[in-house]
Amino acid sequence: MYQARVNQLLTEPACNHNHHHGGKKNRSCSQQAKPGTAQGGCAFDGASITLVPIADAAHLVHGPIACAGNSWGSRGSLSSGPQLFKTGFTTDLSEQDIIFGGEKRLFAAIQTIATTYRPAAIFVYCTCVPALTGEDVEAVCKAAREKFQLPVIPVMAPGFVGGKNLGNRLAGEALLDYVIGTGTPPALGQYVINLIGEYNIAGELWDVLPLFERLGIQVLAKMTGDARYEEITYAHHAHLNLVICAKALLNVARKMQERYGIPYIECSFYGLRDMNACLRQMAQHFQDPELTARVEALIAQETAQLAQELAPYRARLQGKRVVLYTGGVKSWSVISALQDLGMEVVATSTKKSTAEDKARIKELLGEQGVLIEGGGPEELLAVIRRTRADMLIAGGRNQYTALKAGIPFLDINQERHLAYAGYRGMVTLARELTQALDSPIWAQIRQPAPWEVAYE
Amino acid sequence: MSKVVTTNKPVAVNPLKLSQPLGAALAFLGIKGALPLFHGSQGCTAFAKVMLVRHFREAIPLATTALTEIATILGGADNIQQSLQVLLTKAKPELIGLCSTALSETRGEDVAGILRTLDCPVPIVYANTPDFYGSLADGYSRAVKAIVASLPEAGPLDRTQVTVLVGSDITPGEAADLKRWVLDFGLTPILIPDLSGSLDGHLAPGGYQGVSTGGTTVAQLRQAGRSAWVLAIGETMRPAAELWQQRFQVPYTLLPGVTGLAASDRLSQCLLAWGGGPVPEPYPSQRRQLLDAMLDTHFYLGHKRVALALEPDLLSVMVHFLVSMGAEIQAAIAPTPSPQLADLPCDTVTIGDLADLEAQAVGSDLLITNSRGAAIAQRLGIPLFRLGFPIFDRLGNGLRSYVGYRGTTQLLFDLGNVLLAAHHP
Repeated sequence: MYQARVNQLLTEPACNHNHHHGGKKNRSCSQQAKPGTAQGGCAFDGASITLVPIADAAHLVHGPIACAGNSWGSRGSLSSGPQLFKTGFTTDLSEQDIIFGGEKRLFAAIQTIATTYRPAAIFVYCTCVPALTGEDVEAVCKAAREKFQLPVIPVMAPGFVGGKNLGNRLAGEALLDYVIGTGTPPALGQYVINLIGEYNIAGELWDVLPLFERLGIQVLAKMTGDARYEEITYAHHAHLNLVICAKALLNVARKMQERYGIPYIECSFYGLRDMNACLRQMAQHFQDPELTARVEALIAQETAQLAQELAPYRARLQGKRVVLYTGGVKSWSVISALQDLGMEVVATSTKKSTAEDKARIKELLGEQGVLIEGGGPEELLAVIRRTRADMLIAGGRNQYTALKAGIPFLDINQERHLAYAGYRGMVTLARELTQALDSPIWAQIRQPAPWEVAYE
Repeated sequence: MSKVVTTNKPVAVNPLKLSQPLGAALAFLGIKGALPLFHGSQGCTAFAKVMLVRHFREAIPLATTALTEIATILGGADNIQQSLQVLLTKAKPELIGLCSTALSETRGEDVAGILRTLDCPVPIVYANTPDFYGSLADGYSRAVKAIVASLPEAGPLDRTQVTVLVGSDITPGEAADLKRWVLDFGLTPILIPDLSGSLDGHLAPGGYQGVSTGGTTVAQLRQAGRSAWVLAIGETMRPAAELWQQRFQVPYTLLPGVTGLAASDRLSQCLLAWGGGPVPEPYPSQRRQLLDAMLDTHFYLGHKRVALALEPDLLSVMVHFLVSMGAEIQAAIAPTPSPQLADLPCDTVTIGDLADLEAQAVGSDLLITNSRGAAIAQRLGIPLFRLGFPIFDRLGNGLRSYVGYRGTTQLLFDLGNVLLAAHHP
């Protein structure tokens, strides 16, 4: 049964990864990690990325120490209130627990957390070892749920079933199975939306939420940036789902459409054009001339203000050449943000992009643009040299690849500490880009040492 | 004498413990051209890699055999073989440090047996490091023991050559100072491992490389069998030191640490006794500077109540050192047991997590633990001195040195400044 669900997620019909491949099976999602070359995180990592931002829940990792010990407390999501999500909980399974079964220990762990920390809910992450030994984590959660009268949600995403993306989706399934549809909402406004796939990295959400507020749009549930458990329980009362910048949680959007008839649109908060397009798409959906007028007024105001604030940066960023190396939808959403700043994106990765993403990238980059299909740090550096790029924008994993080669770098992934979304985020992005490119260190670093110069 | 208390909680809260393979990887990274390879799911490697990258702010070579569910059940021999094929052509390592994980160990994979069937042109050192046992220091210790078991070769003993078994709490900067110290006293050290050239943070001329860029070479490791003396730093190096003694019938000296006046003097004495030369500069002047720093800082450290959560070796070193400066130990937490913990000059040592630290540290003057103690320090309103691993939110973790006369002086100033900043912001 579990395998059937995994297969279904790997062939998520709403995901374009699974289209346009003719008779071939879809590529990126079902692709198994390759021995010796795999670089990314596992399904458990992906599930944590998706669920840990739920701030008033306890997140209990059922497994040996590596899974929680090497990861807790290092994610970039922020909360405006409860900080319980930042506490690392794990059953820290020992050899004895594995031999005799860790279910009793898991139950006792849930009990301790329920009575000591009084969380809104407990998410229990089943990792590889209990999955391998066949522990019935779902049954333990069920028993605990009944005993403690508390939502105890099993998240069945052991690392060895696949990569981060699959883990995101498995986490989404946990929300669909146990959370969404179980609560009663507060008073609903005229236009009510959910945000899906926005994790409030570095507080990004806080640059965007005020925009919706100004437009009179009620954001009901955030999945899951700065979320409280309760808001997700009544997410099924929204009128529209916004799937932000990620194919990863499309399964949630599609199933909410099936179950509750909530339509969804896909959009991005990165860059002026995409942010504007997102708001317009939403207004168009609601078909209300007044809302449309409010959206246009907001866009006009923000665009004008942004033009003024960005002017000094734009002058310095104009024509600078960038190689972008990031996953999926970000490969085009960030391109438009950079182009909005006058920069030239000379190459981007298409490793995790869909056919639709790629078509969009082609359109954005033009004929000269290089599409990087994959490969490791060596290939990446070769592309940077070949395209004479001025800088690399990528995830933290490639930070030192670039810096060690003397190439300016900007971190775009989830461990970062700066918010780049919305109109405010554009200013931060421009400032950071300028800082990275204009630093006086680059000239100094490239100077030879005195003893490397031949004396006349 | 201290009482060692193990908390019997079913759940670790804010764990202090890290995984064994992470520690083993750290040890292997002190071998030049090494590539650690985890036999586990891709996540085992990804998490450990991110920790190391963020602490050292360096590119960290670390590979995975990428066990999937099916490969785990059917056996991962093919995964090991395929990984080796890819890595040998792509990264061109001079040594592969293969580490097992909880996943491969739960399945009961006979890695040693698989390795016997493989033909590999470079040495593969296998460390048995399941995550369900021990912590970073234990994994590190097992990797060093595996290196000692397989690489050093017997030969005519060289009286001036010393093998230095460097414990897991020694930073790359400290390894450099140790090496210099032994050299200055007229001996030739071979450090196992030697992080001083690989994770010290340096801009190598060659740009990116997929293997460790410095450290002790495989040739030096083979040569190390000719050392007439072994110096082991840190209790977790004892198994490797004992194995060395068995293999090569040479004596070893184990020093729990080399931080603090007494511990530094002890190393100097050992080196003088073995090397036989006069005391070289700058050690006498550095020692005088340390004495002066002790005078300057004892006002700030005396009677201060300190709560610590560190891996056993570092905990032991710091507790002895702080007590030697007149501080009091309010709480001492270690992630895993170690024989030395029963001999610490404090009332109790708790085998536990950072939640235990938080509970026991209330009312203390100073916390000493890694960056994950930052939120606790904030909640309790107590200054935090960051030490151990991981340190995400401070710079210079590669080069920082608290060993020897000079390093101890620096430690006194850094500790004193944290206390001063807390009282006179």
